[in-house]
Amino acid sequence: MSCKINRLIGSTRIAIVALFSVVASGAGAEEVQRWRVNMEPGVTEIGSRIYDLHMTVFWICVVIGVAVFGVMLYSIYSHRKSRGVTPATFHESTLVEVAWTVVPFLILIAMAVPATTTLIDIYNTDESEVDILVTGYQWKWKYEYINEGGENVSFFSTLSTPRSEIDNEDEKNTNYLLEVDEPLVIPVGKKVRFLVTAYDVIHAWWVPALAVKKDAIPGFINETWTLALEEGVYRGQCAELCGKDHGFMPIVVKVVSESEYHEWLGEKVAQASEIKELMSQQFDLDQLVERGDEVYQRNCLACHGAQGEGGVGAAIAGSAIAMGEVAGHLDSIVNGVPGTAMQAFGNQLNDVDLAAVTTYQRNAFGNNMGDLVQPIDVYNFKQGQ
Amino acid sequence: MGDHHHGPAKGITRWLTTTNHKDIGTMYLWFSFAMFLLGGAFAMVIRAELFQPGLQLIEPAFFNQMTTMHGLIMVFGAIMPAFVGLANWMIPLMIGAPDMALPRMNNWSFWILPFAFAILASSFFMEGGAPNFGWTFYAPLSTTYAPPSVTFFIFGVHILGLSSIMGAINIAATVMNMRAPGMTYMKMPLFVWTWFITAYLLIAVMPVLAGAVTMMLMDIHFGTSFFSAAGGGDPVLFQHIFWFFGHPEVYIIILPGFGVVSQVIPTFSRKRLFGYDSMVYATASIAFLSFIVWAHHMYTVGMPVAGELFFMYATMLIAVPTGVKVFNWISTMWRGAMTFETPMLFAIGFVVLFTMGGFTGLMLAIAPADFQYHDSYFVVAHFHYTMVAGAIFSMTCAVYYWLPKWCGRMYNETLGKTQFWVSFVGFNLTFFPQHFVGLAGMPRRIPDYALQFADFNLMSSVGAFIYGASQLLFLYNVVATIVAGEPVEKEQVWEGAEGLEWTVASPAPYHTFTTPPDVK
Amino acid sequence: MATESTGDYETYYVPEKSWLAFSATIGLVLGIYGAASVLNEKTFGDGITSSSVYMLSVGAAILAVTLYSWFSTVIQENRAGMNSAQLKHSYALGMQWFIFSEVMFFFAFFGALFYVRMLAGPWLAGGGEGGAMNALLWQGYEFSWPMASTPQESVGGAGAQLIANNGSFSSPHAFVDPWHLPLYNTLLLLSSSVTVHFAHVALKQGQRSRFNWWLGGTLLLGFAFVLLQIEEYYEAYTELGLTLESGIYGSTFFMLTGFHGFHVCLGAFMLGIQWLRSVRGGHFTADDHFGFEASSWYWHFVDVVWIGLFLFVYII
Ligand code: HEA
Ligand code: HEA
Ligand code: HEC
Ligand code: CUA
Ligand SMILES: [Cu+2]
Repeated sequence: MSCKINRLIGSTRIAIVALFSVVASGAGAEEVQRWRVNMEPGVTEIGSRIYDLHMTVFWICVVIGVAVFGVMLYSIYSHRKSRGVTPATFHESTLVEVAWTVVPFLILIAMAVPATTTLIDIYNTDESEVDILVTGYQWKWKYEYINEGGENVSFFSTLSTPRSEIDNEDEKNTNYLLEVDEPLVIPVGKKVRFLVTAYDVIHAWWVPALAVKKDAIPGFINETWTLALEEGVYRGQCAELCGKDHGFMPIVVKVVSESEYHEWLGEKVAQASEIKELMSQQFDLDQLVERGDEVYQRNCLACHGAQGEGGVGAAIAGSAIAMGEVAGHLDSIVNGVPGTAMQAFGNQLNDVDLAAVTTYQRNAFGNNMGDLVQPIDVYNFKQGQ
Repeated sequence: MGDHHHGPAKGITRWLTTTNHKDIGTMYLWFSFAMFLLGGAFAMVIRAELFQPGLQLIEPAFFNQMTTMHGLIMVFGAIMPAFVGLANWMIPLMIGAPDMALPRMNNWSFWILPFAFAILASSFFMEGGAPNFGWTFYAPLSTTYAPPSVTFFIFGVHILGLSSIMGAINIAATVMNMRAPGMTYMKMPLFVWTWFITAYLLIAVMPVLAGAVTMMLMDIHFGTSFFSAAGGGDPVLFQHIFWFFGHPEVYIIILPGFGVVSQVIPTFSRKRLFGYDSMVYATASIAFLSFIVWAHHMYTVGMPVAGELFFMYATMLIAVPTGVKVFNWISTMWRGAMTFETPMLFAIGFVVLFTMGGFTGLMLAIAPADFQYHDSYFVVAHFHYTMVAGAIFSMTCAVYYWLPKWCGRMYNETLGKTQFWVSFVGFNLTFFPQHFVGLAGMPRRIPDYALQFADFNLMSSVGAFIYGASQLLFLYNVVATIVAGEPVEKEQVWEGAEGLEWTVASPAPYHTFTTPPDVK
Repeated sequence: MATESTGDYETYYVPEKSWLAFSATIGLVLGIYGAASVLNEKTFGDGITSSSVYMLSVGAAILAVTLYSWFSTVIQENRAGMNSAQLKHSYALGMQWFIFSEVMFFFAFFGALFYVRMLAGPWLAGGGEGGAMNALLWQGYEFSWPMASTPQESVGGAGAQLIANNGSFSSPHAFVDPWHLPLYNTLLLLSSSVTVHFAHVALKQGQRSRFNWWLGGTLLLGFAFVLLQIEEYYEAYTELGLTLESGIYGSTFFMLTGFHGFHVCLGAFMLGIQWLRSVRGGHFTADDHFGFEASSWYWHFVDVVWIGLFLFVYII
């Protein structure tokens, strides 16, 4: 039926879109897709089935709508008092009542069949080749690769659009609000399972092109999956209101060839062990401040301001805590300040970064404490709790 | 005592102490309109911020407060009281009763409301700002992560729920007990029927909402763990309870509107309502089904697939009785002798636009497809088609239709028609493009968006300002009618209208039907 | 309702005007605002201020006085013969719908109980289709009901869990034995439903003193119930370690029994008033005693809710 036709249309569309994106990538920069009016089948089989379902139901509604409104418009046109008609007196007919109860019911059954099969397939999360634990934080995503080969690979992915673009000081780039510092990377043509959860409030992980949307519920793990058929960069956003920066926690997924994926994963694993190594090293002030600056830009600036002047968060410049005991300062950062927006960064940043950012705060913005905090200090602090 | 024929008390005490259903109805109507303007003003702020990409006017934190308060005020402050006001005015008139069954309690239900909303509004001035967790206030954003004003929000919901329950009890008792002799159930005007069923829905679900906010209160202040997994609870439990209330709530919002339209279309078609009995049964079926579909708001929370399927099928079923209603309205017009005064325009606008909202509802009901629609602007478009073009249009329709009966003066027809067309265009310009951005992937409840959504959002904002302006036209028309409208003088204002309300003078005297009329 | 014409129609009494509603609103709103302030100061502030407590008390007092005079007015109107049969039926309908709304209120809490027991609990322990992977978050958590440990405890406390720390939930070391206090309470409440029924029968037969005795007996049973319930709470807190903070088990336990207990108090209060009205004022006749009837409906409702509690909260 129309469903098949739609699938056909759907798959030709995939081809066209694919062709287009090849041309586009050949031409260089991505372009903003203005005036888009419809859902897209995306790059997965499930996605095109959803798209077909969507179009099927849509066209059924259009047909019913045209019929119903057509009759109504005809009546409005020809049964007007100004045309001198006298009103009829009928006001009942069991036959038509039954008809317009039964016919819509049958139409609904016709819709329910493909919907059911699609849904059941979406729920089949078995036999995945890559498992990724996705955790929503206010307001960033954490990705952890949890099957063999990817142990220890885990990183945060945060909005990378500069503040100045959001504040209309600079021109907005093509991927405005849809770009992150570190995208998720998955292999093409492989079933990837996402275990979705959250750290604080409910978020939702949504990438339209991968046909995935799943709520991230703190304390529960939801499973979903995708199987991307084409390489490319796919963008999405958090889809559940999660507080102030709900609009600013995008998702970027890079679908790459298998070999590229393994290469990337290898690098990540290496990085992780490098960090492990760094943890036991001592650094000098400049090294720490330099690294700390980066960490600060990425994680703290949004609330504490570029000059440590504060904002949502307290001012760091001249802060009694940042200029007081190291332990107290670490406590604020590692455990957060309960009941405020200040999160516990203890398990979000590694000890090297924690040490670096603490040192940075103690020495930047005119705080000039001159002391430094080593990774081992952070480690001891955490142990001592 | 016992003499019912003197008029109202003078001055402000008339309104504070009144037990008269018409006075109370009037207060409800004005209050709800004020709330509509307030909620609408918040919507204007939202649309102004979304006019262009980037943050221009307000901070994201404040944007969330705007969205939340817009939704809350529109649903609980504008539409529900508006229809209760209408019920107060019209049900006694339509069934030939001297007043509502419990007049003093009636006054209490009303007076709680302005104070409940004052409490809600006062939260803007509290530390941490007003509620910012959406009108659906999902835990734990509304518990552990909420601003302290949430406590006031919770108690506000408690007392406005109390008000709704008392109002509904009153309406149910009135319908069951106060009908004039001969007015059997199956002779009641359809507006009375829809309200009777709505009252039942209200009494059934408002206490559930009270339960939900009570659990929040306990989680926030007394260390319980209803919505915290660490203690064995579940944030999703909140959603189940909320939507067990929330879905019947959307029919609470629309059923009285169905009733209004079912009065207006026959009048201006000069033909009896087609399929009265099936209209009644359809309304009852919708009410019944509304209790077993709630989780269609939660397709993405990770329910087991069996639950998902059950809720999908049940939700789709609602299209059948709703379809029956639509078809009946159109059959009523069929071969009538129609004229198109303002109420009829709004009624027809209602039928067309609500049906479109119903269609998108049906699309949302398809669980796999909802994985793509959910929490996108497609949903926002859906519910504004059902709630603005549904509830607000039918409410506007009702005001134009009965205003001459209420104040004995005729509104300005040209202005009325102008308002309709400005509304119609403005409304569609606002909300039609939201289908597009939603399908293209724009999430709801965001203060800023990616560039590809810019053009349609701009359209939407322009439309919203036009639609907003049309409401000022409405306000002007109503006030001008009350102050200086052409007196109507006759009882039967509309040529084709039927029903007891058209047998009393216009304006309706302060006390009507102190002895019941005879219904044939 | 009369089906034919108006001749013998009794006028439906519509009170002309009344300050009751507005005054009740003021009381309610003051009380609510005060209560919210008190709670916020307790949880977020530096301690409860006397102005909030004052506001709460004044509001509650206004509300109480208003409701008192409201009900007195209604009673006086009835005794003055102003209430037609139709009006009385309105009151009856009002009460019936009100009880229905109360049923739905409890329904929300029972719903929560069933949901966490049958679905969320097992999911947290990694079972079932809805939570196959949750064991990742709550390693070693095993679900049982009554809940022997909270998910938080099984991973080693709030600091060790993988989600934000939203409080600490410690499980009780023992549970309430249903065959002890709760059983007595069941017997008490069940028999009180019987006695209140006997009171009703007596009243219908016009035997006032029998009515007074049966109703008085009902009240005593009600008081005994409340006392035992207080005893049970006391034991829960002091001996069992079962508190509001004992995870979801404690939450549902105290919310359900607590709201029920509150309703028992309310019902006993209502019946107490009726008893006083009869003993002191000689109110009620064999065919006009709606105040009592409504209170007894309420009492039966409270009783039925208890059966549900006894079954689902204590036994199963
Ligand atoms: C007045 C309010 C109102 C009304 C009447 C409806 C009516 C319907 N709604 Fe809607 N809905 C809302 C208000 C309303 N809704 C709100 C406020 C939300 C969002 C809440 C939030 O998250 O903030 C929402 C969200 C919402 C969702 C969740 C979306 C999501 O968040 O992902 C769903 C999903 O199933 C849904 C479905 C439906 C359906 C099937 C109907 C049906 O009743 C529609 C039936 C009508 C028709 C179908 C048209 C007429 C019928 C015919 C002409 C017959 C023939 C037709 C066919 C056989 C196709 N609605
Ligand atoms: C019955 C309910 C109802 C009604 C009538 C409306 C009416 C309107 N709504 Fe609303 N809306 C909701 C219920 C309703 N809404 C709900 C429940 C939500 C979800 C909230 C949530 O996510 O939690 C929502 C969310 C919502 C959003 C999404 C916000 C977001 O996701 O971030 C938007 C965005 O455009 C919007 C717009 C509008 C507009 C433009 C109107 C217009 O129709 C309003 C028109 C009225 C006026 C404008 C008032 C009259 C005029 C004046 C006061 C004078 C000033 C006017 C000018 C200067 C022009 N609404
Ligand atoms: C989402 C907002 C937010 C982010 C991101 C954030 N903070 Fe904070 N921070 C706050 C708030 C709010 C406070 C004030 C808490 C209070 O009221 O005591 C705070 C307080 C602090 C303090 C205590 C300072 C004082 O004088 O009270 C330190 C130190 C600190 N933050 C460090 C950091 C570091 C380091 C980072 C990044 C790694 C960071 N913060 C990221 C919101 C944030
Ligand atoms: Cu995270 Cu919205
Ligand atoms: Cu719904």
